[in-house]
Amino acid sequence: MEIKRRDFLKMAAGTSLFLATGAPAMAREQKSLPPEAVGMLYDSTVCIGCRACQPACKQANDMPVEHSTPDSVWDDPIDLSAKTLNIIKVYTTGRGINKDSETDGYSFIKRHCMHCVDPACVSACPVSALKKNQQTGVVSYNKDACIGCRYCQLACPYNIPKFEFDKTFPQIRKCQLCEHRFKDNKFSACCEVCPTGASIFGKVADLQAEAKKRLTLKPGEYYKYPVAHVKSGQVSYRPVAKYQPKVYGEKDGGGSQILMLAAVSFEKLGMPALDEASDASFSENIQHTVYKGMIGPGVLLAGLLFAAYKSTNKKDE
Amino acid sequence: MKLEEVTDSSPISGVSRRDFLKFCSMMAAAMGLPGMGAQIAEAVTVQKRPPVLWLSAQECTGCTESLLRTNHPSLERLILELISLEYHETLLVGSGKQAEEWREKSMQENKGKYILVVDGSIPVKDNGIYCKIGGKTALTLLEEMASQAAAVIAIGSCASWGGIPASDPNPTGATAVHEIFKSKGIKTPCVNIPGCPPNPYNFLSTVLYFLTFKKLPELDEQARPKFAYGRLIHENCERRPHFDAGRFALQFGDDGHRKGYCLYKLGCKGPETFNNCPIQLFNDVGSGAWPVGTGGPCFGCSEMGIGFTKPIHSPASPKYFTPPSILPRIDEKRGHGLTIAGVAVAAGIAGAALGAGAVTAKKLGKDDEEQGKSGSREK
Repeated sequence: MEIKRRDFLKMAAGTSLFLATGAPAMAREQKSLPPEAVGMLYDSTVCIGCRACQPACKQANDMPVEHSTPDSVWDDPIDLSAKTLNIIKVYTTGRGINKDSETDGYSFIKRHCMHCVDPACVSACPVSALKKNQQTGVVSYNKDACIGCRYCQLACPYNIPKFEFDKTFPQIRKCQLCEHRFKDNKFSACCEVCPTGASIFGKVADLQAEAKKRLTLKPGEYYKYPVAHVKSGQVSYRPVAKYQPKVYGEKDGGGSQILMLAAVSFEKLGMPALDEASDASFSENIQHTVYKGMIGPGVLLAGLLFAAYKSTNKKDE
Repeated sequence: MKLEEVTDSSPISGVSRRDFLKFCSMMAAAMGLPGMGAQIAEAVTVQKRPPVLWLSAQECTGCTESLLRTNHPSLERLILELISLEYHETLLVGSGKQAEEWREKSMQENKGKYILVVDGSIPVKDNGIYCKIGGKTALTLLEEMASQAAAVIAIGSCASWGGIPASDPNPTGATAVHEIFKSKGIKTPCVNIPGCPPNPYNFLSTVLYFLTFKKLPELDEQARPKFAYGRLIHENCERRPHFDAGRFALQFGDDGHRKGYCLYKLGCKGPETFNNCPIQLFNDVGSGAWPVGTGGPCFGCSEMGIGFTKPIHSPASPKYFTPPSILPRIDEKRGHGLTIAGVAVAAGIAGAALGAGAVTAKKLGKDDEEQGKSGSREK
C-alpha cells in the first residue's frame, strides 16, 4: 500500500477536526457554595479538649477502636486514620499553661474533612467514587465505585482521606458530615455532643455570619455562643477570646464548609496555608487547556504519525 | 397493718411513720423511681406481709451477712415487719424437723405467692449429693420450691452464675439457679443479684419492686436488674479521672497508690464489671466505703467470667474504650522508628529476595543458553 504524503496530511487534519467538534470546550471556573450547603464552625477558643466528639463520632459512624499505647486501655488515636474520622489535637508552647496563647500556651484543634467548596479529592477521583452533593455540599464516598487508586489521598491538601491498608477489601475513610443522620433530622454527632459549642452545625451561610460576628466582638466581653447547632437556641455564655482576624476555610483552598476560628495562628495549629484558588480549579484548568477541543492531542498525534510514516518509508526503501 | 397505723407510737413496730416513709423513699431512689415512696409504703403495709422463703445451697452465708448489715431497714425490721421470712436456715428460731415441717407448711399455704430467695450454687454432679438439707439434695429442694414460687431471686454470684464453687475444676458440678431452671424446664421468673456479697440494697430494692408493681424490675440479658447492674464500675468510679489521665498505682503502697491513683494496673476489674458499688457503697458509713475506695482493686466478684475466674492481678479488658485526657500533639509522629529487631527482619527479607533473584536470573540465563544450544542443534 502506498500513501502519498499529501493524502496522509489531509487525513490527519481531518481526524483532528473531527475530534475537535466531538468534544465541547470546557472552561473551568472555581466552584461556588451549593445553595443548601451545611457545615460546621469549630471555635478553638471555646474548645476545652474534653474529646466528647471523638467517641460520639465513632459511635455514629460505627468505627473501630484504635490503640496507640502498648497497654491498649484507651481509644487513643494520634492522628486521623482509617479508624478515626475526627480527632482533637493540642498545640503547646513553652510551659503550656495559658489557653489560646502563643507564649507558654496551648490551644486545641479539631481535625476532619473540611468538605471543600471545590474539593480536590472529587476532582482527582477517576471514577466519581467521591462526590460532592449538589444541595448540601457534603463530600461523600461510594465504596462500590472506588477502585482503590488513592489519588484522593494525594490530592487532598489537608491529608484527610485514609485508606484501610489492613483490610482485604479496603475502603477510603473520611468524615462524611454524618450525612446518614440527616434523614432522621439529626446532624453531625460531634456537634450534637459538644458541651461548650466549640463545634456547631448549621448552614454555611449562617455559620459564616456567626464567625464574622465573633471577630467583631471585643476580647473579654461576654457572648452567647450557640451550642450544638447555630440555630439551636441553646447557648453557652462565656468571655470572648482574642481571635486571630481570620475565618479559616472562608477562602482557603477555594473555601470549605468547615469554618474555623482560633486565637493561635492556624499554621501553628497544623492547618496548611492555602491559596484562595482551589487546587482542583488549577489542575483542571491546565488539563482542560491542554486538551481543549482535543486540538493539542490531535496535532501531537498527527506529528507522531508523520514522524513514524517518514522513518518507515526511509527504512523500507 | 395499714399505713395509717404506722404511727410514731406504734408499739409493734418501734419504727416511726417518718422513718418508715423515709425508708420507702430511699428504696425508691435506689431503684430510680422518684416519688414512688408512698406507693411502696402502701404495698408493704396494706396486705398480709409477703412470704419469703430462703434456700441456702453451696454458700458461705456471706449474702445473709451482707443483709444483716443494712440500716434502713435493719434486718429485724425487714423480716418482722416488711416481709414474712418463713424459712431461712441461718435466721430460723427452730431447727431440724421442726424447720423443715414449717417450710413445707408455708409452701402449701402460700403456693404461687411466695418469693423464693436462693443463695449458693446447686451441685448437680452425682445427682447433687454434695449439698443436702434435711436429707434432701439442694437440687430436689430447688425444684420443689421454685416451681411453686411467684418469683425467684438468685442472690450472690454462686446462685447467679456459679461463683466460687463453680471455679475450675468445679468438683461438685456447681450450677447457677437459672441454668437449673433451663435444664428442668422451670418457668418461674428468676432475677440474678450477683456479687460476693451483693449490695443488700440491690436485693431489697428488687424485692420491694416486685411487691409494689407485681412484676420484676427491668432486667438485662443476664437477668440482672438494670437499676443496679446497668453500668460498669469503671463508669462511676471516683478514680476514673486518674485512669483517663494515665496516672496509675503500680504497686500496693507506692506513691501512686497513696495518692489514690487508678488501680487498673494492679488488676482492677472495674472496666469489665457491671455493678453499682461506687454509687451505692457499703455498710452505710459514707463515702469511700467500697473496695476501690479503700485502695483495693475490684476483682469483678459479680461478673461471670471475671470474678474467681480471671487472675486477681491480671489487667482487665475494658468493655468500652474512650479517649484518654492526654491529647496528641499537632505534629505527632507515627510509628516508633526503626527497632533493631525490625531492621534485622527487614534486612533478612531483603537479603533473601536478593539471593532468590540472583539465583533465578542465573537459572534463566542458563535456560536461555541451553535452549539456544538445542535450537542450534535442531537447525
